[in-house]
Amino acid sequence: MVGYLVFLTISAATFALFGLGLNLQWGFTGLINFGHVAFMTLGAYTTVLLSAKGVPLIVAAPIGVGVAALLGLGIGFATLRLREDYLGIVTIGVAELIRLVVNNQDLPYRDTWTPGAFGLQSYPIPFGNFIPNLFTQWLMIGILTVLIGLAYWRVWRWIMIQDDAVKSKKSSRLVIGFVVAVLTWILYSCGVIALLDYANNQKAGLMVLSLVVLAFVFWRLEVLVRSPWGRVLKAIREDEEVPKALGKNVFWYKLQALMLGGGIAGLAGAFYAWQLSAIYPDNFQPQITFDTWIMVILGGSGNNLGTILGTVIFFAYDTLTREYLPKIVPLDEARLGAFRIMVIGLILMVLMIWRPQGILGNKEELTLGK
Amino acid sequence: MANSDSRLPVPSTDMPLLAASGLCKNFGGIKAVNDAKLEVVKGSITGLIGPNGAGKTTLFNLLSNFIRPDQGRVIFDGEQIQQLQPYQIAQQGMVRTFQVARTLSRLSVMENMLLAAQKQTGENFWQLQLQAHVVSQEEKQLRQQAMFLLESVGLAQKAGDYAGVLSGGQRKLLEMARALMTQPKLILLDEPAAGVNPTLINQICDRIQTWNREGMTFLIIEHNMDVIMSLCDRVWVLAEGKNLAVGTPAEIQTNSEVLAAYLGQ
Repeated sequence: MVGYLVFLTISAATFALFGLGLNLQWGFTGLINFGHVAFMTLGAYTTVLLSAKGVPLIVAAPIGVGVAALLGLGIGFATLRLREDYLGIVTIGVAELIRLVVNNQDLPYRDTWTPGAFGLQSYPIPFGNFIPNLFTQWLMIGILTVLIGLAYWRVWRWIMIQDDAVKSKKSSRLVIGFVVAVLTWILYSCGVIALLDYANNQKAGLMVLSLVVLAFVFWRLEVLVRSPWGRVLKAIREDEEVPKALGKNVFWYKLQALMLGGGIAGLAGAFYAWQLSAIYPDNFQPQITFDTWIMVILGGSGNNLGTILGTVIFFAYDTLTREYLPKIVPLDEARLGAFRIMVIGLILMVLMIWRPQGILGNKEELTLGK
Repeated sequence: MANSDSRLPVPSTDMPLLAASGLCKNFGGIKAVNDAKLEVVKGSITGLIGPNGAGKTTLFNLLSNFIRPDQGRVIFDGEQIQQLQPYQIAQQGMVRTFQVARTLSRLSVMENMLLAAQKQTGENFWQLQLQAHVVSQEEKQLRQQAMFLLESVGLAQKAGDYAGVLSGGQRKLLEMARALMTQPKLILLDEPAAGVNPTLINQICDRIQTWNREGMTFLIIEHNMDVIMSLCDRVWVLAEGKNLAVGTPAEIQTNSEVLAAYLGQ
């Protein structure tokens, strides 16, 4: 149980990171990116291939981020001058292209060339052979405690918010806050148990690392989107002719958003690879992109906290239905899988009717005309 | 040219702030703008009128390079600008507004204003990481400046609201204040009085005159003749993409060619 929850926490943190990248591009800049998984693929494969050649992880992962950002540069140069729907088409194509190349190419893995379709296994992972002593063990627990403290403080601030622009009721914020608090508390306790019993939970260190990175990226993004730089991005999302008429280089800002969001997705790719311990091209199906779109829209586009909440809800739903649905609904496995996806679609449709702005989104914003 | 004009003893009126000549633009077979000429003297309020479809807005788009001209030369403040990008022209100090006011709905009125400020440290990704304190100081200063401008157009109370809740007339005012926030040399106003109630029209005219007295130059497209006649020093008339006449408002009012173009012979 504890091991499974640790695994789940790393997955959720990875996808939250991934979603934050998409949210920067879509939620703040209005770029339609239907091939977000392309950045993840590049980040994952670059990190894994380099580290297998002996490059330290602390160097390999940033290079992976850089390569993913470069892909953003390339896609941006090719399409950002065109109308925005072209970006959607090109990104979906690029993502498939990269996956197919990885699938059919021989990859320079360790000393040999391995066919991509065979996948890559047993590559270095952070804290892979780590044996903690009492100090490092408690240091990690300390870090985890600080993180949960920060999370609670952030959620509390959100509940107590006194802003005329935010019209959601305090009571509803309290309910959401309570649910989130309980969920994080369960994860926190499991995390601590896993860290105390490190020998049986080899991924506990990776869990702490993924949460630290997520918290850091979240913090920097929050600073960014509230800055003059973020203001230009939001202006582009609203109507790009206006910033253009006011002397802002719209093309360059879009490119920056695409690169930064892509880089973050590349980092998520590295974590994805570390968490899976073995990667195959099939791990990078377009489904990943669309799941992430669901998470971002569920939480509320243009809201970083919402993206994280959307991810948590998505994973909670996914896990709970995987565990308990078979006990309630008498269907065979294949049909049950389809049924679960169907229910997600249904939930999305209900959400779009009842709360089109997402859970943390601001309804007022949707009622405003151009 | 830019270097020599400070030495030459010519009065500033001889050297227009904006001079466009030979501007042409075809859309398919239609000559929207055909060999048009336009000059705006520094410190003036210049009007641009013409019947519907005369090519006024297209001419605006050509001047600010939102649409690239097929031919022609635009000189702004002593420099050729027709090869520049629209955002570069705005950075040079020529800022335009739109016929249908374009406010950024999901940004607050204040954010709309702050966006317009030029050369902000916080607009650079790396500066933002390295000089957080400079950025926050600048923001404070810009907020004051923006608040001052918002007060002058009577929108100070709305500073925290979404720009999307403003009425049409208020949007026009916000757009003008926002253009002024860039500290330009020339503001191009595309129909500032269109779709605005008479009281607000007076307020808008008032503001334009006040800013003009403080030294701002305007080029205005407008259909409302009262506005043109009361505001402008000089009026250019465009018909079917060509220059028809130019002169003071009084001259234009009595020009038979202009009357014919408006009334259809």
